[in-house]
Amino acid sequence: MMQRLECLRAIYDRLEDCLVVTIMGAVACELQSLGHKPNFFYLQHAMGLGSSTGLGLALCLPKQKIVVFDGDGSILMNLGGYTTLARYRPRNLVHVVFDNESLLSVGGFPTATSTGSDLEGVARASGIARTKTVHTIEEFTDVFDDALKANDLTSIIAKVEAVGPKGYVTELALLENRFQFKRHIEKLTANTHRGDAEARRKS
Amino acid sequence: MPVSLANSGVVYDALKKCGIGLVSALPETWLVHLIRMAEDDPKMILVRLAKEEEGVGISAGAHFAGVKSAMLMQNHGFLASINGIVSLAQLYRIPLLMLISYRGHFGERDPWQTQGGGVTEPLLRALGIPYSFLDDPAKVEKRIAEAQTWAYASLHPAALLLTRELMWEEPA
Repeated sequence: MMQRLECLRAIYDRLEDCLVVTIMGAVACELQSLGHKPNFFYLQHAMGLGSSTGLGLALCLPKQKIVVFDGDGSILMNLGGYTTLARYRPRNLVHVVFDNESLLSVGGFPTATSTGSDLEGVARASGIARTKTVHTIEEFTDVFDDALKANDLTSIIAKVEAVGPKGYVTELALLENRFQFKRHIEKLTANTHRGDAEARRKS
Repeated sequence: MPVSLANSGVVYDALKKCGIGLVSALPETWLVHLIRMAEDDPKMILVRLAKEEEGVGISAGAHFAGVKSAMLMQNHGFLASINGIVSLAQLYRIPLLMLISYRGHFGERDPWQTQGGGVTEPLLRALGIPYSFLDDPAKVEKRIAEAQTWAYASLHPAALLLTRELMWEEPA
């Protein structure tokens, strides 16, 4: 079974030109272990809202690629958010769920994906046409690269082993990360139009 | 429907004057005109939600992107958003502007709204979220502008309670 850290390592170089939002816990910790960048924001609580934060970024910055690293425990807290993603279908958003079928950081309690709930099925039934479950690093890398090129909303369910780092607190202060991320976006957008009207998608 | 179209327009115009570029909303009776106004405005990004708490994430993303936003919700939507407000907006100092319809207060005929009406202000106080009332159309623009100014100065959520007095017109 593949590991989340290997997945992150395999596509780390692709993240340079993206705005990246991660959820709390192992994902945040492991991405930082590969090297923090000012375009990475780690949402170290508010489980479920990583995808919503990514949607806000994607709608307001249609010219930027947004990548969200989510988890099964988090997305299960905001399954309605899948329907909102589908409704607005931001073309510039790649949503990755690392599904270890477990609430790992609290000691590994199994989530509903361990008893048959299928997140690809939930995503598809919510209206996200581009969604796929992957099991190997090669498959993950191919699907991620396709998603970056596709210019369409994609939700990738990466089945990973329930292993992670020993601890979850990192050197990077939450507010330092938050202000650095915003400053980074200010520099990116200083000379471009935001295009809020074209980003507007209504149902 | 006795929801005030004129006063909804006053609130919407005030949001526009504050430079709001994104509104997240979940429909409730008092908000219907406001949501339609956002929908008919080609310069407004309207995000219709499944649950109000999503709006906290969307507003955080908009803030990082440099877009001013507002959340339109019922007070029960505020109750449903509290974890997001605490563990995203307060933890990460996001200047949320929340417009909350104050259902279940005096004059409310719907029994199901009354419990939420009673806890709205105590919860705002418990969370340390300052609030003021939108009850007079002549003061709406100033109160929204001042709440937004404070939210950006303090990098903290601020709330405006849309009252029955402003939003509801009893049929003659």
